[in-house]
Amino acid sequence: MSAETHEGVHRHPAPTGFIRKYIFSVDHKVIGIQYIMLALAAVAVGMTMSLLMRLNLSWPGTSWPILETLFPTGAPGGVMTPEFYLSLVTMHGTIMVFFVLTTAPQGGFGNYFLPIQIGAEDMAFPVLNMLSFWVTLVGFIVILLAIFVEGNQALGQAFSALGPSFTGGSGTVGPIGGWTGYAPLSALGKIAGPGQGAGMNLWVISIAIFCVGSLLGALNFITTLLNMRTKGMSLMRMPLTCWAWFTTAVLALLSFPVLLGGGILLLLDRIAGTSFFIPSGLYVSGLLSGSNPNFPLHTGGSPILWQHLFWFFGHPEVYIAILPGMGATSHILATFARKPVFGYRAMVFAIFAIGLLGFFVWGHHMFISGMSPYSAIAFSVLTLSIGVPSAVKTFNWLGTLWGSRIRFTTAMLFALGFVSLFVAGGITGLILGQSSLDLAMHDTYIVTAHFHLVMGVASIFGMFAALYFWFPKMFGRLMNERIGQIHFWLTFVGVYTIFVPMHIMGIVGMPRRYSSFGEYEFLKTLHPLVLLVSVAAVITILAQVLFYFNVFWSIFKGKKAGDNPWEATTLEWTTATPPPHDNFAGVLPTVYHGPYEFAVPGAPNDYVMQTDVGADVPSGNGHNGHKH
Amino acid sequence: MWGPTYQAVMAIMVTSTKKLPTRGIGSGGKRPGPNGKQPGGNGWHSNGGPSKRRFSPGAYRITMWVLLAAIVMMFAALSSVYIMSSEEQRRAVHMPPMFFVSTVLILVSSWTFQRAKRSLQQQQPRAYLRWLLATLGLGCGFLVSQLIGWRELAAAGVYFAEHPRSTFFYIFTALHGAHLLGGIGLVLYLVLRRGRRILPLNDELNVTWTSIVGIYWHAMDGIWIWLFSLLLIFK
Repeated sequence: MSAETHEGVHRHPAPTGFIRKYIFSVDHKVIGIQYIMLALAAVAVGMTMSLLMRLNLSWPGTSWPILETLFPTGAPGGVMTPEFYLSLVTMHGTIMVFFVLTTAPQGGFGNYFLPIQIGAEDMAFPVLNMLSFWVTLVGFIVILLAIFVEGNQALGQAFSALGPSFTGGSGTVGPIGGWTGYAPLSALGKIAGPGQGAGMNLWVISIAIFCVGSLLGALNFITTLLNMRTKGMSLMRMPLTCWAWFTTAVLALLSFPVLLGGGILLLLDRIAGTSFFIPSGLYVSGLLSGSNPNFPLHTGGSPILWQHLFWFFGHPEVYIAILPGMGATSHILATFARKPVFGYRAMVFAIFAIGLLGFFVWGHHMFISGMSPYSAIAFSVLTLSIGVPSAVKTFNWLGTLWGSRIRFTTAMLFALGFVSLFVAGGITGLILGQSSLDLAMHDTYIVTAHFHLVMGVASIFGMFAALYFWFPKMFGRLMNERIGQIHFWLTFVGVYTIFVPMHIMGIVGMPRRYSSFGEYEFLKTLHPLVLLVSVAAVITILAQVLFYFNVFWSIFKGKKAGDNPWEATTLEWTTATPPPHDNFAGVLPTVYHGPYEFAVPGAPNDYVMQTDVGADVPSGNGHNGHKH
Repeated sequence: MWGPTYQAVMAIMVTSTKKLPTRGIGSGGKRPGPNGKQPGGNGWHSNGGPSKRRFSPGAYRITMWVLLAAIVMMFAALSSVYIMSSEEQRRAVHMPPMFFVSTVLILVSSWTFQRAKRSLQQQQPRAYLRWLLATLGLGCGFLVSQLIGWRELAAAGVYFAEHPRSTFFYIFTALHGAHLLGGIGLVLYLVLRRGRRILPLNDELNVTWTSIVGIYWHAMDGIWIWLFSLLLIFK
C-alpha cells in the first residue's frame, strides 16, 4: 500500500476496459451478477442430473441412445449402471447445495444489494470480494473436472499421472458418496469402488476451495454491514434482507472452517495414509485392511467422526441457503402488500434465533448412525425448538398480508410460493426431528421430499422472487410479467406434484438413493406415482426454459424500467437504474425512516422512502389499522 | 372485540414507524461503534456527504476479529476431534523437547511485538523497527524449531500416518505453522512499510496496521499455547 491509498484506500475510479469492467471487476454489482450467472450455469447442470435420475427411476432398463454416446462406460447400451445413478445423486446434491443454494442468494443478491441497501458505495474490501468469486469459480471448475475425470477414460488415465489415488475413468459422473461424502468409503480411495479415485479427490478439493471462497465472502459481508452503513442507517432501520445476509455470513464464517478442517483430514486419509475416519479391521471390496498393497493397514479411526464434522457444517449450511430467501420474501411481501413488515423486530430476532439454534442440532442428521438416546433427546428437543422462530416468521408473513390489497406481480407470487413451500416442507420437519420417528423414516423418500421442499425449492423460490423483483434495478429493464406468471404457476404446481407424492412413497417405505425398485414387490404398486413424479419433473424442468429465456431476452429487450418501478422504499430504489459505479453518484444518502413504511396515514403517497426528509410520520401507534 | 384487539396487537408488533431508540444496540446513538468512534448519525459510516471513501480503521479491525473467529473455529473442530477420540485411538506420544523451545520463542515474540507497539506509541521509529525485526526473527525461529521438532518425532519413530494421535502432532503444528507464516508475512509487511518511510510513524494507517497485526500475532501465540497444552496434557 502506498501514499495515495491513505487518501481513499478503496476509492477506485470506474474502470473503462472490458476486462476490468466485466471480468476481473472489483465492483460488487458486477461480482453479484457473476455469482448469479455461475448459479444459473450450475443449476442447469444440477437440473439435468435430476432429469437423468428421474428417467432411470420411472423407465428402468429403457435404452437412451444419447447416454451411450456420452457415457459409453457408465451407460452401456444406453442403460445406466447403478453406479452411474449414484454418482448422479452425489453430483446433483453437491452442485445444487454448494454452487446454487449458497452462491446465488448470498454471493449473488447479497453482493449486489447489501452495499446499496445500507448506503455504501461498495463492499469494505472490493479486491477481496473479487477474490472470493474467483476462488468459488475455481471450486466449480474442479467439481466439473470431477465429472469428466470419472466419465471420460482418456482424461481419467491422464489424471493417474498425479498419483495412484488419482486414477479416474470408472464410467461414473463423479464420486459416489452423496453430497455428504460419508466415510469410510469416501476415505479409502479407489479400492472402495467406481468413482472413489480421482473423482472423490477432486470432490474433496473442490469443497475445500469452496470453503475458502465462502469465508472470504463472509468476512467482507460482516465488515461491510458493521462498518459502512450510511448516516441514519441504524441496525433497526436495515431492510430484513440485510439482516438475513448478515446472519448468513456469520453462519458461513463459523461453519465453513469446520468443514475445511474435516476436508483436510479426509484428504489426508485418502492420499497420506492416515486413519482419521477409517476404523480398524475394515473389510471392503473383498479385501481386509492391511492384507493387500492396494489396501494398506488402517487402525483406530472413526467414520462417525466425519459425520459430526460434516453435519456441524451441514446443518448451518441449510440455513445459509434459506435465510436470504426469508429476507427477500419479507422484503417483497411488504412491498407488494403495501404494508409494513408485521413485527420487524420479532423478524430480526427470529432470524438470529434460527441461526443460533442451527449450530446445536446437527445430531438430527445422525439419529440412525447410532447415538446415545440421551443425546438423541437433546438433539430432538433443540431441533423442534427451531419451529418456534420459524413459526414467528411465518405468522409475521401472514400478518403482513392480513387485510392488504396485494399487487400480484411475479415477484410477489414467488414470495407467496416461498411461504407456502416453507410451511409445507417445514411441517415434516416436526416429524423427522423426533428421533423415534426418524429411525423409521430417515432413509426413505420422505426425507428427500422434506428437504427439497423446505430448503431446496423454497430457497430457489426466494431467488426467483428476488430476481423478478430486482431485475429492473440490475439491468434497467423489467422481466416479462406474462412469461413470469406462466413460469410461476407451472413451477409452483410442478414442484408440489413432484414432492407431495414423495411423502407418500416415504411412508410406504421406499428407500432413498436406490437406482431401481424392480426387486421390491411391495413397491410395485407405487410405480404410477413414480411415473407421475417424473412427468411432473420433466414439465417443471421445461418450464425453467421459459425462465432462462425470460432472463436473457429481458436483459436486451425487456420493457424499460424507471428508478422505482415497484414503488418501494429502500435505498436501492432511490438511486439510478442501473446504479452508477459508486452506487449513489457521489453523494451518499441519509436515512430518516425505517425500511417498510407503507400505507402511512397522512403521507402524500402510500409509502415513505427511507431518504424522505419531509414526510411527517406519526410515531408508532395505530397506522396499521388503517383500512384501505 | 376483534377490532380493538387487532389494532392493539398491530400497534405492539409493528415497530417500523416508531421513533428510533436512542440507546442500546441498534440505536447508534450514544455508544461508540466497534471502530471506537462515535457514529456520525445512526449509521457509522460517513456523514451522508460526498461518497469519498476514507481509510476506515474499523473495517480492518472488524475483519481481523472476524477472520480470527473463523480460524479459531477450525482449530476448535480439530481439537474436538482430538479430545473426543476413542480409547483405541489414544496412544501416548512423547512431547519432543524442541516444542518446549518453540513455546518459549513464541511467548517472547509476543512480548517483543508489544514492545514494538509501545515504541510506536512513544514515537521511537528506530526502536519500533528493532522490535519488529526481533519479532520476525523469533517467528522464523519458531518455525525452525517446529521443523526440528518434527525431526525429533520422526527419530522417536512417530511418523505422520502412524496412528491418529501421531498424525495430530504433525497436523496441529503444520496448520498452526501455516497460519503463523501468514503472521510473519504481516510483520514483514510492517517492516517494509517502515523501511520505505512514506508516512509519519503515528499515522492512522501505521497505527491500525500495527494493531491488527498484533491481534493476529497474539492470537497465533494463544492458539499455539492451546495446542501445545492439548498435546502435552491430554494424551
